[in-house]
Amino acid sequence: MVSSATDVRPTRSEAPEYGVRPLVRVRDLTIRYDDEPALANVTFDIHEHEIFGIIGPAGSGKTSFLRALNRMDEFTPAMEFDGRIEFDGHDVRHMRNLYALRRRIGVVFPLPVGLPMTVYDNVALSPRLSGVRKKAELDEIVERCLTRAALWDEVKDRLHALGSLLSGGQQQRLTIARALSQEPDLLLLDEFSIAVDPVTTMRIEDVLKELRDELTIVLVTNLVQQARRLADRTAFFLMGECVEVAETEALFTGEVREQRTRDYVEGRFG
Amino acid sequence: MFQRTAVNERNTRVQMLVRLLFGMMTALLVLPVLIILGLLIHRGGPALSMEFLFDEPSNGMTAGGIMPALVGTVWLVAVALIASVPIGVAAALYLSEYAKDNWLTRAINLAVINLAGVPSIVHALFGVGAFVLFFKFGTSILAASLTLAVMTLPVVIVATRESLQAVPQAFREACWNMGATRWQTIRKVVLPNSISGILTGVILEVSRTAGETAPIMFTGAAFFLPFLPESVYDQTMALSLHLYVVTTQVPNVPEHLPYGVALVLILMVLALNAVSIGFRTWLRGRKKW
Repeated sequence: MVSSATDVRPTRSEAPEYGVRPLVRVRDLTIRYDDEPALANVTFDIHEHEIFGIIGPAGSGKTSFLRALNRMDEFTPAMEFDGRIEFDGHDVRHMRNLYALRRRIGVVFPLPVGLPMTVYDNVALSPRLSGVRKKAELDEIVERCLTRAALWDEVKDRLHALGSLLSGGQQQRLTIARALSQEPDLLLLDEFSIAVDPVTTMRIEDVLKELRDELTIVLVTNLVQQARRLADRTAFFLMGECVEVAETEALFTGEVREQRTRDYVEGRFG
Repeated sequence: MFQRTAVNERNTRVQMLVRLLFGMMTALLVLPVLIILGLLIHRGGPALSMEFLFDEPSNGMTAGGIMPALVGTVWLVAVALIASVPIGVAAALYLSEYAKDNWLTRAINLAVINLAGVPSIVHALFGVGAFVLFFKFGTSILAASLTLAVMTLPVVIVATRESLQAVPQAFREACWNMGATRWQTIRKVVLPNSISGILTGVILEVSRTAGETAPIMFTGAAFFLPFLPESVYDQTMALSLHLYVVTTQVPNVPEHLPYGVALVLILMVLALNAVSIGFRTWLRGRKKW
């Protein structure tokens, strides 16, 4: 099925065959930095328990979308957005409790951010911030999250070494473990593999496929093939425009509405 | 291929010259410190004794010790620190972590920098007007210390703000993205990684506070007062003022006495600095990125 980027029909009738409700609904979203538009009039849905890929060349507004979804505009000077982003039925623009919103959304950035504390504390930070105090409980969370991020075996003997001393690929998995420790409903990955070697990338990709059962993932990537490997549906962003949203396989087998999409996917530009 | 060419030769020569020049400038920088210390130790060293440290001045301040001034300086520095560090650190945290970057914030930052440029005698007069007269603290340790605190606040604020801003923004964003509040982020991530820089500011403040004379001479430091202060409402002698007094105001002072006072003042500052630097090194040893 090919859904339209500009389709504003209710999602239930738009995608009945998924049998799931949309976790994120984006309607007429426009993002600006100092009146310089980064994304214009974008409309699409992200369904529960899917991996939603966003592909497109640099500067097409992919990261800006993630920042708006997590309400990072609050600490990004000059960033503002119009339109509507609903997360789990709530308009994030008018949400009072942004802390609760951000706890439900885990974020992983292109460059790993190992916080300057031990591996253990990195993963235990979020539970601690939300009030978990018991050591046994924290131990369990740390082990579970590190295991799910495919890092446990490598760091179980040095949980109390500094997280920032791990290798780049390990730090990126630590970042993912930290995001998982929030027990998020939605995981945003922004070009997570940019500073990670191919083998580790593959391991993380395997992890993501497993995580699909538990949460929803938005995968922003420059690597078209990565989107093909992972994403159920994929959106193609180009210069601040959402050109189209489609089943990933459809995109790659040429069932696209726009010539631009075909050109990008086949590597003819971008 | 690896033969040296004329251009190589010249580059190497220029590089040596530049290095020599910069090295000499550095030596020039260290020279005054060494000369001052050497002179003080040479001339003031003989004056140092237990009596000198633990006795009151006698014979019209031409003999005896400096106990009241020594204790007075400790009081002044301690009370000034208690007043200025919490205010300075809190203000810097607000400016760096909470305030939006708008004209008001920029104006406040400018004001802080300008405050650092106000001459100390102007601070002294402000202290007289504000603390001695308006708040009716009288000439007292409290008034003098508060004057010192106002004067050194910019040092604390600027040093704190700069060490806060040295913490990578990515750390903050990672923490905020977990749903942490600004305060949780400050406590868990920002402060632990900036504390050594903040301490540097405090060290600078201590050195400066202990040596200042003008701001305390009208607000709480006494010419001659052979008792130890008992509360912050007492007046007190202070090393810096005492040095000024025995150097310029009292006839027939033996030569070693002022040098002795100066030596004690410098040793005290150095000792305080050494403790803080040791603490800072210990903290920095645990620095994490």
